[in-house]
Amino acid sequence: MALEFRSVSKEFTTGTGQNLVAVKDISFRVNEGEFVSVVGPSGCGKSTILSMTAGLYQPTRGEVLVSDEPVSGPNAHVGFMLQKDLLLPWRDIVSNIEFGLEARGVARAERRDRAMAELKRCHLAGFENHFPYQLSGGMRQRAALARTLAIKPEIVLLDEPFSALDAQTKLLLQNSFARTISETGKTTLLITHDLAEAVLMSDRILVLSERPGTVVAEIKVDLPHRDEPLQRRVMPEVSDYAGQIFKHLKLEEKAI
Amino acid sequence: MTQVGSMETGAKAPAEVAKPVMSSQSKTYLASLALLVLVLLAWQFLPPALGVPKFIIPTVTDCLIEMKRMLLQEGLVGHTLSTALYTVLGFAIGSLLGAVIGYLLGMSEFWEKVLSPYILALQIAPKVAFAPLFIMWFGYNAMPKLLVTVLIVFFPVLVNVLQAMRTVDRDLVNLARAYNLSRWGIFMKVEMPSTLPNLMAGLRIASTLAVIGVTVGELVGGNTGLGFLISYGGGQANAAMVFNAIVLLTVIGFLLYTVLVRIEERVLHYLPKAQH
Ligand SMILES: Nc1ncnc2c1ncn2[C@@H]1O[C@H](COP(=O)(O)OP(=O)(O)OP(=O)(O)O)[C@@H](O)[C@H]1O
Ligand SMILES: [Mg+2]
Repeated sequence: MALEFRSVSKEFTTGTGQNLVAVKDISFRVNEGEFVSVVGPSGCGKSTILSMTAGLYQPTRGEVLVSDEPVSGPNAHVGFMLQKDLLLPWRDIVSNIEFGLEARGVARAERRDRAMAELKRCHLAGFENHFPYQLSGGMRQRAALARTLAIKPEIVLLDEPFSALDAQTKLLLQNSFARTISETGKTTLLITHDLAEAVLMSDRILVLSERPGTVVAEIKVDLPHRDEPLQRRVMPEVSDYAGQIFKHLKLEEKAI
Repeated sequence: MTQVGSMETGAKAPAEVAKPVMSSQSKTYLASLALLVLVLLAWQFLPPALGVPKFIIPTVTDCLIEMKRMLLQEGLVGHTLSTALYTVLGFAIGSLLGAVIGYLLGMSEFWEKVLSPYILALQIAPKVAFAPLFIMWFGYNAMPKLLVTVLIVFFPVLVNVLQAMRTVDRDLVNLARAYNLSRWGIFMKVEMPSTLPNLMAGLRIASTLAVIGVTVGELVGGNTGLGFLISYGGGQANAAMVFNAIVLLTVIGFLLYTVLVRIEERVLHYLPKAQH
């Protein structure tokens, strides 16, 4: 399923009654099966883009479309995952993975089967009866991915899912996420601060400006091994791409 | 005490070789026990030594003798059971009301804002002072003490639940919304479990207050319960009777508290325990 933003703007009313334009006139399209990353300075509205796609709130102007249908509310085709794992601490891992299926009329036995299958896919077999506090940060993120995939979403939204992890865990997890996502052929939107991560994992990268966020550049990553970031990592082109994004973000001008 | 201690170390010597250091838990138990014995000894021997008459401070043995007399002649069992019953009843009704209203207000920002100044005012008002009013309204029966208890238990539970409902992780609620959970589903599966630790903390505070509520209710009116025995014993200058009633009230409160802590350990098993 494809995802499309058509001239989307979002304004928030702040506590003092002023209007704050988070994103302004954003248009882009993510094709079916494509992996697109969004990078941009902090506060430029990246998470806002994700929330609008998930249907948590509506754009002020413009349209968000999922498979050419306007998004009007939470949507069974979209799964999202944040920096925080958002596992329910009072449930064991397998029940956490089932969480998304409970309000969707999936029978209990099937829920368990699907959760166990995702658990295996995300390399958590044997931990189904552990509680979140008994898992490491990386394992918790994998459990969150398993929960996201269990609802069989057509579109996966990832909001900095690796940013709380240490460097090695991050690399391994990027690799396992990338493989899982390409195996399942999901359309993916990844929001990240990490330029290298964007290059390693995506087909295409959108660069946003400072708030109000608009798309200032769109970079196509012409490298093989999208499903294997660890292999991409050693390619010399990676730093060229990162340098390109770096320029668009105009970080040098802001350095004091 | 010293004898008991030395006997124990003597008898358990082989076991202690296997386990070189006494576990810190048994150490604290022993220390607590030693302190209790010390206090009881001081209570028994210090007042007579200082020439304090026994209608001011009765010794431990005086109290025990009086305890036996109360059992036989004053219907102590009945009074204790009555107090325990109303403590538990008041606690149950008060905390149920507090929790229900806390959750309802927690779901409606509007009503919470409208009611919050009054809740604050009532929370600050000394609830036990309502006891004479309740007696005027309902007469000398069980109602006043039950009402005072309900009122005093209500607020800590309400405030804790409300506070917790305000701080439920918005992202968690959004996740549940994205998973198509209904309002009720979000409450049952996210908000309610998220607020359980605060609810349990509120219940623990409330359990200690429940005893106060019942005692005050019984002190001001009526002729049953340990609170009544306190005012009765006070009127007769029978300090031992007052002491005994206080001890029994403490025991009731302590038992209620202990039960709650046990339940809390069960319910909140998923919270990581601090490793020592
Ligand atoms: N619910 C809201 N109410 C009011 N303002 C909001 C709300 N959500 C976001 N904003 C504002 O919109 C702007 C964009 O927020 P957003 O969370 O999308 O940024 P971001 O790009 O994800 O930042 P970061 O990289 O730091 O996560 C910020 O200035 C933020 O203060
Ligand atoms: Mg963000």
